[in-house]
Amino acid sequence: MRILKLQKKDLFPFLEAISDSAELWAPVAMPAESAAGSLKDPHWAAVTQKSKFHFQRIKDFADIALHTTRTIIPPKKLMVPASFNMFHFTEKGYKEDFSHISEKILFGLHTCDIHGLLTLDKIFAQAFPDPYYLEARKKALILGLSCWPDEYCFCKSTHTHIVEEGYDLFFTDLENFFLVWIGSSRGDDLIRLAPQFFDEKLSEKDIQRYIAWQSERDKSFRTEINFTRMPDLMELNYKAPFWEEAGAACLACGSCSMVCPTCNCYNVTDVQFLGGKPGKRLREWDSCTLPEYSEVAGGENFREHKSQRLKLWYTHKLQAYVSKYGKPSCVGCGRCLVTCPVQINVKSVADALEGHPVEAFWKRFSQEVAK
Amino acid sequence: MNAENKCLTETNPFTPEPARIVRTYHLTEDVKFFQVRFVDMEKALQFKYKPGQFAMLSILGAGEAPFSISSSPSRPGLLEFCIRKMGTVTSALFRLKENSLIGLRGPYGNGFPVEEMKGKDILIVVGGLGAAPLRSVLLYSLDNRDQFGRVSVLYGAKRPAEMLFRDEYFALKQRADLECHLTVDADDTGQWPERIGVVTTLFPYLHAVDPVQTYALVCGPPVMYKFVIKELIKLNIPKNQILMTLERRMKCGVGKCGHCAIDYIYTCLDGPVFTYWDVIHMRELI
Repeated sequence: MRILKLQKKDLFPFLEAISDSAELWAPVAMPAESAAGSLKDPHWAAVTQKSKFHFQRIKDFADIALHTTRTIIPPKKLMVPASFNMFHFTEKGYKEDFSHISEKILFGLHTCDIHGLLTLDKIFAQAFPDPYYLEARKKALILGLSCWPDEYCFCKSTHTHIVEEGYDLFFTDLENFFLVWIGSSRGDDLIRLAPQFFDEKLSEKDIQRYIAWQSERDKSFRTEINFTRMPDLMELNYKAPFWEEAGAACLACGSCSMVCPTCNCYNVTDVQFLGGKPGKRLREWDSCTLPEYSEVAGGENFREHKSQRLKLWYTHKLQAYVSKYGKPSCVGCGRCLVTCPVQINVKSVADALEGHPVEAFWKRFSQEVAK
Repeated sequence: MNAENKCLTETNPFTPEPARIVRTYHLTEDVKFFQVRFVDMEKALQFKYKPGQFAMLSILGAGEAPFSISSSPSRPGLLEFCIRKMGTVTSALFRLKENSLIGLRGPYGNGFPVEEMKGKDILIVVGGLGAAPLRSVLLYSLDNRDQFGRVSVLYGAKRPAEMLFRDEYFALKQRADLECHLTVDADDTGQWPERIGVVTTLFPYLHAVDPVQTYALVCGPPVMYKFVIKELIKLNIPKNQILMTLERRMKCGVGKCGHCAIDYIYTCLDGPVFTYWDVIHMRELI
């Protein structure tokens, strides 16, 4: 692999040089007032404070946020938008619609988000490949960026704090300069568009700097989960009472799925247009925690209770994906930790599975209800 | 922006192919029979499927839903479906006249392991609308009668008027090369010539079953499985030779939308045909 050096001041000029022919998307900080809102609740204050970045199309390079925590919504929204049209239809039949897909350069993806896309690849790119996903994926260049864990990050536990594939370029931020890892032939092409910014020579000092950064970063994780135990613990705890407790507190809002980089579920709805216009077949994000997720025509619902639906969510993340692909479908981004209003998240569920004390609203809620 | 608005590299597994309703009529008050053919004749003849597989049918403006194929691949060209009026898509489908265009894609799912079943005895246990998916494998075994051992059919419906393909089943009773027992929960006509009671009451009438040789195929309302399986286990039929086909919500049919997930499998890819061992092994199946 080729690794180059890029001075910090040259980053935006480089991005400018390569983004002529494609849309550039990157994390941008949300205006403080819209992020903080007027919520007084300390949990929500923490949530809004911790999730104030989002991927946005860049017009002004000054908007790009380099030192970000996780974005509210992961970059999956740029591969499969929350809602898009699959087909137009008239009485003559169905015509596929790929108009929402465009050439994009995505800058600032953290390692967890790159692994999120690699996880979606497993689902969307195998057995009956999904052309909408593949087309968007092919048209997107992935420019990763190193990051620093906050108290909710646990990507070291999921081994997604490092990336070996899934990016075209990866920028490791070492304060004054970046180490730029070239991960693909297309990434190499980008460098060739503006080679003047890059230095081929790395000094011994640069390498030491990287090693020091990495070991310091690895020591900074404050949330840890033992994922290798999870499949067995899921099986053994299938009837554990905490599922009912979590189910009772769950709002069935679906937020956990919206923010999860590996949640792939979707719903399909036909919209009939009157007045001679063609109809649309819409594909929209769905969540297995929503009430009608497993309901079939006639009203039979295979997962009527919230606890059943939560169990499906966690079976999929912690157990099912492991049995198929040898690793959990959790990438340790911490989005469910900062998003769930009642703190049902991978950490609190893992604690419950381990039999550890659970510090979460849903547990306190169940204790209050029991009183 | 992709000016062509077209997928450049892949075939689109979600595209419904135009198909025509060749024939449709009521089987019961709320169940209709549909004979469908791809508009493209070549496609109609090339469409290969296995008994127990399903297809996604699209009705313009109403949406798309999964339906098990009731016809047998041993009779190519036309596809048949038995559909109960339940929701938006089926209501729209019921309004369509013969010669209407619909969208069809598939076949999906694993289907029954007919190759593995060859040379073996087949015991088909049907409850109500379960006749729809099991009709495919029944017709297949009749069309290839010499490739199977004994064929037995037990069919229970609520009332005589709700027995699907009643004439076909009465005709089966006349055949010497298979065994067929019919029952209704209640006879409101006073003219029902066959047995009365739930489908499990038919088991005592079965001729001696050789359990190791037998594949039992079950489909019916959810409430039926527990009782039927109990009878099959009593007969010592191995758990992995008790096959059932299940229903789940599906939006894609190809393992993408997630709705039919159970444990670590997708009903659309790994089902809808499961063994009784799968049911014990994976929770939530029935």
